[in-house]
Amino acid sequence: MVAAIVKAQRWFENSCAGAGYTLDLFLRAAGQIPLLGRKRREMIQQLALTTLGSLPVVFITALFTGMIVSLQTGQVLRDFGQESSLGYIVTIGMCREMGPVFTCLSLAGLVGSTYAAEIGTMKVSEEVDALEVMSIDPVYYLVMPRLIALSLAAVALTTYANVIGIAGGALVARSNFDVDLEIFLKNGRDALKLKDIYGGLLKSFLFGTTISIVACAQGLRADGGPAGVGRATLRSVVISFMLILVFDYLLTWMIW
Amino acid sequence: MPINAIVTPVEGTNETPSVAHPTPISYRPMMAPAAIELCDLTKTLSGRTVLDGVSLAIQKGETMSIMGGSGAGKSVTLKHIVGLMKPDRGCVKVDGVDVTNTNHGSLETARRKIGFCFQGSALLNSLSVFENVALPLREHERIAEDEVRRRVEEKLVLVGLSEASQKLPSEISGGMKKRVGLARAIIRNPAIILYDEPTAGLDPVMGRTINDLILDMQKKLGVTSVLVTHDMSSAFRVSNRMAMLLKGKILKVGTPDEFRASEDPFIKQFIYGESEGPLTRTPA
Repeated sequence: MVAAIVKAQRWFENSCAGAGYTLDLFLRAAGQIPLLGRKRREMIQQLALTTLGSLPVVFITALFTGMIVSLQTGQVLRDFGQESSLGYIVTIGMCREMGPVFTCLSLAGLVGSTYAAEIGTMKVSEEVDALEVMSIDPVYYLVMPRLIALSLAAVALTTYANVIGIAGGALVARSNFDVDLEIFLKNGRDALKLKDIYGGLLKSFLFGTTISIVACAQGLRADGGPAGVGRATLRSVVISFMLILVFDYLLTWMIW
Repeated sequence: MPINAIVTPVEGTNETPSVAHPTPISYRPMMAPAAIELCDLTKTLSGRTVLDGVSLAIQKGETMSIMGGSGAGKSVTLKHIVGLMKPDRGCVKVDGVDVTNTNHGSLETARRKIGFCFQGSALLNSLSVFENVALPLREHERIAEDEVRRRVEEKLVLVGLSEASQKLPSEISGGMKKRVGLARAIIRNPAIILYDEPTAGLDPVMGRTINDLILDMQKKLGVTSVLVTHDMSSAFRVSNRMAMLLKGKILKVGTPDEFRASEDPFIKQFIYGESEGPLTRTPA
């Protein structure tokens, strides 16, 4: 019993220390943004890698998300003869929730894990120490370009996911429920407000920021060789997943 | 003499080490400012006291080897010198500046004087050899790319690696990586070079090449060097003075000849690499 309490206390202390470190890292990285001009090349490189590398996964995820939403809601709406409302539901659902959340969950697995593993490997092989000894701030050199790249990539990929998801929903509405494509799109356009678009994109921007800062923080806190890098990568994905869902609820509550 | 006393050879004791040294130095008196000064350095990691009141002065222009078994606190000492670790007690002065209790700007100024060769080279794997060596220049000095190229090529020639400049670290051998690490460490002409196990994991020929490079650095650049090593042939070959760490304390500081002549059973066992003795009976 005592051992369990001690273990829980240690876990709580470590969690608080980790949260504090991550928040501090975010503030330090944000403070380096005025120096972005000097890291422009690295940032663009990261942005291109992140965006292009994630396109296939985001395409599949978004397409099937739109199709599933359309299929599930269509079956219920058919009982009320309201299949034509599918355009509203799929478009609003994709732009407000499914697009940002599913895209960023994919990014947490795809890109966040890469960042954590990459920086974690640099940490355990003393490359991060080498940067510090050369008076090159690892936050400026490694974290800031990734923070900006992933935040922007999340917005771009969410826009792409929204389009693909709506197209997938329209496909199912047409093939399974005989909803005319034009009506589907018209209903979607009518339902969609500007707030739905920018609210969803704001969410994805903040999720992207969260994923990158969590991944970089876990990477920089990695220790204990390859096993430590593995643990950092796993923690990065798990923490990002949880934070995306928690922040999603809070942002939804605040925006709508 | 107490074990942890600052040991600085008195003026006039210009004992030449038995191994030929390119620039025999005359040791400065106690009052001369040391390049590096460790004062009562104490550090505990994971409940174990790694450094226990270490005091040591390293004079300008000398090559000092810090020896000791695994876990004796050698690498931790180097990390304190460059400010990568903060001591629980005591201080580290680099050129008179306390790097353990200073602001970011002063720490950067102190680091500007130091080149650090990591045990595993610590080259950035995403950058080529050339880019690795050029990194400190590109980040800190506002100079034209032509000048960067000239200076990087000069250092790569010095370490005998001019032909490998476009290769990635993953494409070169361990010995070549060590030499690239050295080129990167000296690119901004530091006054002090710290070497963490410079010959570890290298074959004897490559180890000898690295030792020659360390001697070259002192001969050509006149730098102060601190080596952390348990390679005795390397330590005896390149050092003006040596210090031995045992269980976080300085056991002895002296010239290579003094170490060879030492009757201390710990030192005798360590330098002759004997399997029987007090070191193998006392956990480090």
